[in-house]
Amino acid sequence: MHAFNYHRAGSLAEAATLAGKGEAKLLAGGQSLVQAMKLRLASPSDLIDLGKLKELQGIKSDGKSVTIGAMTRHAEVEHSAEVKKAIPALAALAGMIGDRQVRAMGTCGGSIANSDPAADYPAAVLALNATITTNKGKYEADKFFTGLYETALKPGEIITSVSFQVPKRAAYMKFKNPASRFAIVGVFVADFGTGGSNAVRVAVTGAGPCVFRQADMEKALSAKFAPEAAAGVKQKKEGLNTDLHASAEYRAHLVTVMAKRAVEAALK
Amino acid sequence: MAVKISMKVNGKAVTAEVEDRTLLVTFIREHLRLTGTHVGCDTAQCGACTVDMDGRAVKSCAFLAMQAEGASITTIEGVAKPDGTLHPMQAAFKENHGLQCGFCTPGMVMNAIDFARGNPNPTEQQIREALDGNLCRCTGYHNIVKSIAAGAKAMAAGK
Amino acid sequence: MNAPLIGARIERKEDYRFLTGAGQYTDDVTLPNQSHAVFVRSPHAHAKIKSIKLDRAKKAPGVLAIYTGEDLSKLGGLPCGWLITDVNGQPMKEPPHPSLAQGKVRYVGDQVAIVIAETEDQARDAAELVEVDYEVLPAVVDGSKARAKGAPQLHDIAPDNTCYVWALGDKAACDAAFAKAAHVTKLEFINNRLIPNAMEPRVANGSYSRADDAYTLYVASQNPHVERLLMTAFVMGLPEHKVRVVAGDVGGGFGSKIYLYAEDVAVTWASRQLGRPVKWTSDRSEAFMSDAHGRDHHTVAELAMDKDGRFLGMRVKTTANVGAYLSTFASCVPTILYATLLAGQYKTPVIHCEVTAVFTNTVPVDAYRGAGRPEATYVVERLVETAAREMKLDPAEIRRRNFITEFPYQTPVALQYDIGNYNATLEAAQKLADVAGFAARKKASQAKGRLRGLGYAAYIEACGIAPSAVAGSLGARAGLFEAGEVRVHPTGSVTVFTGSHSHGQGHETTFAQVVADRLGMPIENVDIVHGDTSKVLFGMGTYGSRSIAVGGTAIVKALDKIVAKGKKIAAHLLEAAEADIEYDRGEFRVKGTDKKKMFGEVAFAAYVPHNYPHDKLEPGLNENAFYDPSNFTFPAGTYVCEVEVDPETGKVTVEKFSAVDDFGKIINPMIVEGQVHGGVTQGIGQAMLEGCRYSDDGQLMTGSYMDYCLPRADDVPSYQVDTRETPCTHNPLGVKGCGEAGAIGAPAAFINALTDALGVKDIPMPATPQVVWNALQKKN
Repeated sequence: MHAFNYHRAGSLAEAATLAGKGEAKLLAGGQSLVQAMKLRLASPSDLIDLGKLKELQGIKSDGKSVTIGAMTRHAEVEHSAEVKKAIPALAALAGMIGDRQVRAMGTCGGSIANSDPAADYPAAVLALNATITTNKGKYEADKFFTGLYETALKPGEIITSVSFQVPKRAAYMKFKNPASRFAIVGVFVADFGTGGSNAVRVAVTGAGPCVFRQADMEKALSAKFAPEAAAGVKQKKEGLNTDLHASAEYRAHLVTVMAKRAVEAALK
Repeated sequence: MAVKISMKVNGKAVTAEVEDRTLLVTFIREHLRLTGTHVGCDTAQCGACTVDMDGRAVKSCAFLAMQAEGASITTIEGVAKPDGTLHPMQAAFKENHGLQCGFCTPGMVMNAIDFARGNPNPTEQQIREALDGNLCRCTGYHNIVKSIAAGAKAMAAGK
Repeated sequence: MNAPLIGARIERKEDYRFLTGAGQYTDDVTLPNQSHAVFVRSPHAHAKIKSIKLDRAKKAPGVLAIYTGEDLSKLGGLPCGWLITDVNGQPMKEPPHPSLAQGKVRYVGDQVAIVIAETEDQARDAAELVEVDYEVLPAVVDGSKARAKGAPQLHDIAPDNTCYVWALGDKAACDAAFAKAAHVTKLEFINNRLIPNAMEPRVANGSYSRADDAYTLYVASQNPHVERLLMTAFVMGLPEHKVRVVAGDVGGGFGSKIYLYAEDVAVTWASRQLGRPVKWTSDRSEAFMSDAHGRDHHTVAELAMDKDGRFLGMRVKTTANVGAYLSTFASCVPTILYATLLAGQYKTPVIHCEVTAVFTNTVPVDAYRGAGRPEATYVVERLVETAAREMKLDPAEIRRRNFITEFPYQTPVALQYDIGNYNATLEAAQKLADVAGFAARKKASQAKGRLRGLGYAAYIEACGIAPSAVAGSLGARAGLFEAGEVRVHPTGSVTVFTGSHSHGQGHETTFAQVVADRLGMPIENVDIVHGDTSKVLFGMGTYGSRSIAVGGTAIVKALDKIVAKGKKIAAHLLEAAEADIEYDRGEFRVKGTDKKKMFGEVAFAAYVPHNYPHDKLEPGLNENAFYDPSNFTFPAGTYVCEVEVDPETGKVTVEKFSAVDDFGKIINPMIVEGQVHGGVTQGIGQAMLEGCRYSDDGQLMTGSYMDYCLPRADDVPSYQVDTRETPCTHNPLGVKGCGEAGAIGAPAAFINALTDALGVKDIPMPATPQVVWNALQKKN
């Protein structure tokens, strides 16, 4: 990797100040960023390591929501009794990220800030109508992910925690890229049990340039939370990704299949 | 720019000045000359570089040495007893022919030990899934899976 | 007395060091005053180099030297070790293969310059500052398009990008057989290009000693002596005794570390210019674009049958993509190691095969686990299974009907099989796979909305290429013997030096078993040394499943000499006639008496020759032998694969894989099983997961594990393996070799199972979920 200056932030305020420098980047777990730097695809001038900021770590649950500190490792979420109890689908999702060594280092905040089009966490953020808290304010999930590797975060802004709303039932289904094991298509279905036309949220990752909500499916599932309701909705292929591993058409088909299976799992 | 770093490796305190961009695996291999930890890819997928950091298996090629400041690291060289007796997981790999060329082996063993601590009696499927982050080109995994099942049992039995 | 060691499941002697991190792989070697090299590689598939500017790079921190093709222009090109003569009697086209590009680059990854610095990071930083001005040329990457009119031309000396058009077999007789056929089965397919991916990337560390005027090259290689021979004789013009090549612990090879590579030459040459050792360690991204690739055939194949499904003839036409240059053994893989195997296990009376080898703007292609034989088996076994379906015959029955049952058997494609029992392996595989229970399992899958299929592959391979004289007449530019040396120490322990090379195969154990068994001593008393030209007398290295059959036999021959000399010494000590001495498990005995001398006593007498027949014998007990086999060996077997398909997603699961192999005599069943497991996984990898892909303009699209799918633990099942044994007739151990079988037989077994499940005639490899889903969409 190219040379850079390493800084270990002693406080959130110090991190924010340092993050404003030149081409600085925040370093969370490093499981994506450091790999990109090794391949010289990313070359920050400064790296601000958030690893020692205790205030960014930990999991809290109050029955209505589960709040995960930005620097909480995937493995902690995967194995957290609190998360498993409140939102088992979220714990399961965390357990599907990368591999167990990557999960021991990778963080919730890092994953969300990176907005990788094939990452898992963004699907949970969107489907569980999460609130992203930063050192400067709060974002609603629907306004956070803005595009391919893009979010609403401003330069120097640091995610501190993410609050996921507790649904009545939910599940995440992921069809993995055989090589990278990222999502070719991942669908998170959450039924909040509120009744009405917006009781269910469906988020799709991997399929497009950025995670998105599947409105037709949400409508159908809000009307009837059943596998066949999801199966009856066809995803349009326009705007979806095409690569070596999956055409847009195949991805569109998988969105429906994964949604159907997610509903089946949520009902179990 | 050089930065100062200190951590514990295989029970010994180490301190060094390294370039900011030094990966943990580079620190272990080049500075400490512990060459049992290997590098088999540059995308954090093969797992040959797996070490234990504070009780968790991690990929030492996937983050900076500076991120391990103050941590306690165990590499493959620190797994057997000082008298040379193999750890039960190492012994299980030997008994079950869980290695061929040996290159992926240290990473396999380091991940397996961590996995087995939390899974004393794993199923074949659990073992296979736990190996998502470790590639082997020689064994076809068959005997690695057998080795880990046996090693986990032996660890649980306190052997 | 010791229990027999041949045939015993003995834990490996090498494992302790690998399990404790004490292996010494090439990158683990850091020499005093070490410098580090990084290569500047072409980002273009085809381009002229207009200029290279080094000023900025040379000023970068830590840089020691930068060399380009101009600096290396006096060195010879990398040689090809096998001359193929084309259908017109002309030699194949052998374009120059420079270690650093001479004015033109021909694939993405082609070496342009070597940058040497104090640290690897500094070398990499500086490499980015090397300014190469390219004139980009159009590229061709697809072998089947390389000879098209107007295709970009890679080499002036190879018009139409053609290296050779070569053929084997009687074409007229073959056409006549097809004319009278009741049925012809025809398939057209691509045998996909693979990237070997030994887990240890290649490493080369060259050093030069001015004091001795000698070089040492530490290199991750499968055959250090061959590497030295090629480098000294063909490239650098050095005497061999001035070059030592050390290949210590090597982390897998699968063919990719057989060859003499440009990087090996460049670091060795540069170490003298610089007066410092120069180490290059490939990173994985670099390995994808610089290690020789494998396979890449486009084939049309036909099988002619009578009305009962008896084979009358086979016609095969293949275009083999050899990449941008001829790698070390590239030319013999799609010819000598391919067309000669097309008889498979069957009595097909006439076979004709034509192979066109073409140059393209891709990484050079060479031997990869199986090398030609997987491609041949895929042709034969896909044809046979498809024929059975078309003829409405049971796939096992059509095989039985056509099996060769009498040996020796002369095939119509040059080989003579010495022995085999194909019915035995087929029958055992059917039992192991519980073929009888398949219908019920298929029904159970259907009930879950899944598709299930079963497929066979009955493969044969030819291992231990031999004899040298025959290989030479077919174009080999090297001998194909092996060398071994047995050094008995004064107290009776033994060090054995072998020209075979272990990079995962476990020779330190298997060979020690052979030696300890034959000498009748504990295995702890035997050590095996390999991989260092300064220690081992000579060697041809390890590839083509040749180690035990050829290397092992060389050791046995040296052991025979040890015992023969030991008998002379014992006769003297026991005051008996030499003819009356017999050797059995560690003891020299006078026949019919209880007079004896232990092996250790005889060894001691040889080194402390106070009471010794000095008039007849030299002191010491050290013998070597070279062994040149009289024929190939012919391992064979039957694999049965069973898959389940999720039709909604196209995902395929290998539910069962059963392998029954005949490897002749087996030295260590545990190690043999491990070889089968690994080989089968690579075969399943080829069929289901792995495929090298280039864009039309020659960019490598599968350049990392993000896109090139190496099998992981949860991609494959546990395997069922078994063996049947017909001992090889022409080597003393009766062994045949087992390293490649799995990779040879598995792809056809998998695709036969998958096409059965899907109810389609063919499907391309790798059959990824998308490919399977597309096939189902097309079918419905």
